[in-house]
Amino acid sequence: MNGTVNSQKRDLTVTVAGVKFPNPVIAASGVYGFGEYYTDLYPLNILGGISCKGLTLNKKDGNIPPRVAETPAGMLNAVGLQNPGIDFFINTHLPRLRKGGFPQSVIIANIAGETPEDYAEIARRLDETDVDMLELNISCPNVKKGGAAWGISSEGAVIVTKAVRNATKKPLMVKLTPNVTDITEVAKAAESEGADAISLINTLLGMRIDIKTKRPVLRNNVGGLSGPAVFPVAVRMVWQVARAVNIDVVGMGGVNSAEDAVEMMLAGAKAVQIGTAIISDPLAPLKIIGGLEHYMDVNGIKRIADITGKVQPW
Amino acid sequence: MPYRCGSYHIIEKTAISAGIYSYVILCPEVAEEAKPGQFVHIKVEGFTLRRPLSICDIDYKNGSVRIVFEIRGNGTARLSVLNVGDSIDMIAPLGNGFTLPYGKSAPDGKSAPDGKFTPVGKSAPIIAPDRRIIVVGGGIGIPPLLGAAKVMRERATAILGFKSYDKVILANDFKQNHVHVITCTDDGSVGIRGTVIPPLETELAKNDVEMVYACGPLKMLAAIVKTCQQAGVKCEVSMEQRMGCGVGACAVCACAIRKQDKESMLMVCRDGPVFKGEELVL
Repeated sequence: MNGTVNSQKRDLTVTVAGVKFPNPVIAASGVYGFGEYYTDLYPLNILGGISCKGLTLNKKDGNIPPRVAETPAGMLNAVGLQNPGIDFFINTHLPRLRKGGFPQSVIIANIAGETPEDYAEIARRLDETDVDMLELNISCPNVKKGGAAWGISSEGAVIVTKAVRNATKKPLMVKLTPNVTDITEVAKAAESEGADAISLINTLLGMRIDIKTKRPVLRNNVGGLSGPAVFPVAVRMVWQVARAVNIDVVGMGGVNSAEDAVEMMLAGAKAVQIGTAIISDPLAPLKIIGGLEHYMDVNGIKRIADITGKVQPW
Repeated sequence: MPYRCGSYHIIEKTAISAGIYSYVILCPEVAEEAKPGQFVHIKVEGFTLRRPLSICDIDYKNGSVRIVFEIRGNGTARLSVLNVGDSIDMIAPLGNGFTLPYGKSAPDGKSAPDGKFTPVGKSAPIIAPDRRIIVVGGGIGIPPLLGAAKVMRERATAILGFKSYDKVILANDFKQNHVHVITCTDDGSVGIRGTVIPPLETELAKNDVEMVYACGPLKMLAAIVKTCQQAGVKCEVSMEQRMGCGVGACAVCACAIRKQDKESMLMVCRDGPVFKGEELVL
């Protein structure tokens, strides 16, 4: 078992975009609210960080349900960015989150908008807060305007990244959609406009149909696929992007175990985000952190950060 | 309300009708916190999404909860092969239960008439002695109503709707707990032929009903809410929706609610599953 001596020797910290995380396990945006829902089970500060639910300038009610459908080894969702709006986050959620056990863990604000002006305005308001990092969501597949529309081309990524970069000095991470022909092009576009990190992948656009009613299971017809089913796609894309850019990469997409997290890091991720795994098992972040410690002990790894990008391709 | 996430053993399994199963799960720390109308969120091996199942009954003395579920798809089919001694991974208890005349935290620590519930305040119901409650439900929507009705014993009436006689479930459980039962079937093969609405109207007309609790198909719920509004009786409804995390975090199980003319999307798992009838946008 993991003794005190070992835990003192182990270094789980990682640095992304100049921000130090106590460990590389981050709750992904959209599955963790604003950190208020899982405190019955464990203190928040065991996490490396939390990426808050995607925020828009004004409150959004989201899509009409059903918003979720099960798939083999995964799920589809079409929430549609339901959120209380940026001001409510700044005035209510952020102070509570900071006070409620997040002095060391990293708070990431995930932001989305219809126009570059929306994105910039949200970034401007966050610039005056103590939020640690912004995650630019140019990849949400479930809103009609904005979202992934900005992430499916290098031009779009350039426009939004530039607008936000000019609005804030906060570390800026750009979250990419996998629903593109060449994700490295979009990653390079974001990098060229001053992004400090890239996170990927958001969900893959999918669809399910109820064969009895002939209706799509989701009221939105289509939605984002996540979970173990997308993991190999995510690893491949993280690997490609990590080789294409010089900025930090955070990997996500179907990470379900410590082994998955290690794989993602070997592919080039400095840290991982956990999404669907938390919906299946709220204790997943604990198990993954514990598993990483075990992996380090077994393999004689002192710093987890050392494994990033250590895949040896054929 | 605190919830737990853990593995608990099935201590009793019964097939109560074709494709409908009853499990009693030993989970003292869950039972201690649970109240009628709440649900458990079960991880089924091999499936990404958990299955939310309403708590049918709570045994505070023995520290167990009972769930009753119908095989609806692959997930519930997989769940149904578990046996006594097998363990179930669940997050529970979740959601808000029914607002009952009886609650759990008893200042006087006395027991309710059934010896298991502890009442809020005094050991008698907090509604006037000549008032009663009605629970009304259809099919697989009936289980959460048992826990609610049994607290009130003879001062509860259960109006239970089914397709036909072979679909009847739990009627005897209500009766054993001294609840008056009115059974309705679509084809008249047992009880009153037709929907639960005419008997509900008859009962409400007696002017002694404090509150109505309902769970069942959406169409039925809409009719129940309307009937209660016309009679001027308060009503609480337990809703169902495709669910993700079960604790409020993922914003998947949305339900449109109207409060003071303002409509908003609330979460069935966290804000419900029980909502005030008049606030539902049906």
